[in-house]
Amino acid sequence: MKSRPAMLFVAALFGFLLLGAPAEAALPQAPGVLAAEDEPAEPAPSGADIRVRLLDQKDVPAGEQGPPVPGVLVKVADSEGNPVGEATSNEMGVAVIPIPGRGEYTVTLDKATLPEGIELAGQESLTVNVMLDIGLNVAFPLNLPDVEKTGFAQRLIDATTGGLKFGLILALAALGLSLVYGTTGLVNFAHGELVVFGAIVAYFLNVGAGMNLILAAALATLAGGLFGWAQDRMLWQPLRKRGTGIIAMMIISIGLALALRNIFQYVFGGSTRSYSQWTSQERVEYFGFLHLAHKEVGIIVVSVIVLLITTYLLANSRLGKAMRAVSDNTALSASSGLRVDGVINWVWTLGTALSALAGVLLGITLQVNFMMGYQMLLLIFAAVTLGGLGTIWGAIAGSLIIGLVMEVGPLFGVPTSIKEIGPMAILILILLVRPQGILGKAQRIG
Amino acid sequence: MDFGVIIDAAFSAAFGPEAIVLALAAIGLNIHFGYTGLLNFGQAGFMAVSAYGLATTVKTFGQPFWVGIIVALIAPLLLAIVLGFPTLRLRADYLAITTIAAAEILRLVFGSVEMVGTFGGSNGLSGYSGVYQRANPFPKGYVLDLGVMSFNRSVLWSTIVGWVLVLISCLVVWLLMRSPWGRVLRSIREDEDAVRSLGKNVFSYKMQALMLGGFFGGIAGIYYALKQASVVPTDYAANITFFAYAALLLGGAARVWGPVVGAMIFWFLMAGMGSLLNQLTGGVDPIIPSWIMTSIQSSMLRYILVGAGLMLLMVYRPQGIFGDRREIAIDAR
Repeated sequence: MKSRPAMLFVAALFGFLLLGAPAEAALPQAPGVLAAEDEPAEPAPSGADIRVRLLDQKDVPAGEQGPPVPGVLVKVADSEGNPVGEATSNEMGVAVIPIPGRGEYTVTLDKATLPEGIELAGQESLTVNVMLDIGLNVAFPLNLPDVEKTGFAQRLIDATTGGLKFGLILALAALGLSLVYGTTGLVNFAHGELVVFGAIVAYFLNVGAGMNLILAAALATLAGGLFGWAQDRMLWQPLRKRGTGIIAMMIISIGLALALRNIFQYVFGGSTRSYSQWTSQERVEYFGFLHLAHKEVGIIVVSVIVLLITTYLLANSRLGKAMRAVSDNTALSASSGLRVDGVINWVWTLGTALSALAGVLLGITLQVNFMMGYQMLLLIFAAVTLGGLGTIWGAIAGSLIIGLVMEVGPLFGVPTSIKEIGPMAILILILLVRPQGILGKAQRIG
Repeated sequence: MDFGVIIDAAFSAAFGPEAIVLALAAIGLNIHFGYTGLLNFGQAGFMAVSAYGLATTVKTFGQPFWVGIIVALIAPLLLAIVLGFPTLRLRADYLAITTIAAAEILRLVFGSVEMVGTFGGSNGLSGYSGVYQRANPFPKGYVLDLGVMSFNRSVLWSTIVGWVLVLISCLVVWLLMRSPWGRVLRSIREDEDAVRSLGKNVFSYKMQALMLGGFFGGIAGIYYALKQASVVPTDYAANITFFAYAALLLGGAARVWGPVVGAMIFWFLMAGMGSLLNQLTGGVDPIIPSWIMTSIQSSMLRYILVGAGLMLLMVYRPQGIFGDRREIAIDAR
């Protein structure tokens, strides 16, 4: 009787985990439908049937298949509960049950027939919907690794560190957008492409030229700075000289984004690729509760140091003060003798270099893809609007909040594949409540 | 090299459903950007809510076709209210940021794994357009061949329906923009503060413009969904918004026929270039060797040119072919 509350607690915890199950998208062989190419060569399907595949997943590394489990009885019933058929898994671990056609079926595994030492990790019966005439492949998780036993507190800590890491990367990119906006008033819709630029340059240096990734990252950051400098000199500065309006410049930035994105796809291809180093690393425990891979520690340290140096220079150096002066009041800075165009040129150089670095760091965490910048742009927009468009500390604070919301949201029921919905909601809410953002000044907005 | 194929592809696209979808979307943008000076970068989102409004109402919820059409016509109006309410009091860039983000999020939601039961995931939905297909009066196997272009039975039906829609839309825009209401919109584009000082509720007018332009975007979405007979999330990616901008600026913003002519020229060039590049890079022994450009890369080349063209147009001739430079809202903050 003593153990009753504990059992209830465990049951409740498992119930909660099941609710949050979409958050664990990386679960190896989650219950449900298997891709067709995963199916073993035999037995060949003749008519419509449900093929149940039973694999022992104990200590099996992700991406590989465990040994098959033979001799297990599986029953199939239709949606009204009438039995359709049953079969025992063969030496391939496959049980084939013919079915009359498309429709909803319940597949039940007889737990009593499981061999010694094999435990069912999920539910005993699954309801499946057969939509194709050839039938459906079903898998039951057997002897799953202890992923599901991670407690909520631990998952919250993991999600928080993940969110902070992503927020720091976001902050590097957002700072670039915010600096350019502050000094020129331009919302650069091609900013996401500056992020991809860094990631792709580092990819070619690292994988193409075989360079060490740290060196490649440093060179990609420099190349980013050069790219920003050249872009301002050749495109934006002449436009400012012509007196082109802000709306026209925004449309021009859209055109630039479209052109750059397709140039990247032209040279890089449409696939997602990873750098040659630091692709997958074991997570190590820090202070007893933080689980981070070495590369993640590296990303956090690098971005914190770069952000600290940048903000220190913006606050104290002569050029940084000039940048903030131009951002505050361009006309007054010009009449006080500041070379405004030179300052803006430096802003582009610095902003693009930071974005390129963000791209490399993002590429290390999520691999490199030509679309990653566009997807990040929306989050950057949410971050800078939340913090206050054009502000330095606002961009950083907003990015950290957006990063946290993105990663922690799935723990509270936000579907994982659309976790961008949280930042989007924040963007609309902040515009309703406080359009200048947390740290912005009210006169900027309208 | 077969120039007949290139010419046929170019003309068929310029007069066919591709150009019509773009023209309808650009007519909506013309009300936003051309007449009112609103920067909507999320026209794809307005198209998507209509297309998915129709498809889910009919397919997922089993309602009749016409109920689906009504839902599809209301959906973009609601989206305009949701996006316009927080942003229309603010400077132009806030609307741009919010609309581009919303369009992308909508696309992600429509394609998400979790909502596959409602929106069909990345495969989308189909089988909702029976009423539209059955109304096709042309007999089976009928092909209209005009020499420079050819349409099969279902494309011909979509083409006729589409041009009727474009004509009605242009008529509505023409009537509205010469009315006092349209004059207020244009004066908001020129000087918002002056209009406010004359006692007009600028916010309300901007909201009406956003809803009306979004409504035309919605019509484009419904038409796209009917012509394709399926809705797929990738069809409503941000590219279509940028193409619509390119078409609008090419033809001339703030002109009734600007977006229509722009869309036709845009697809004439895109399809013609596509067919040309396809012949140059396709086949066993392509004319352009594959180490210079593969046939996959050649389709990207077209998009690069669209982007570059959009930039050059905005820099050197923002009024496009028919527009008036003084009438474009490019100098506004």
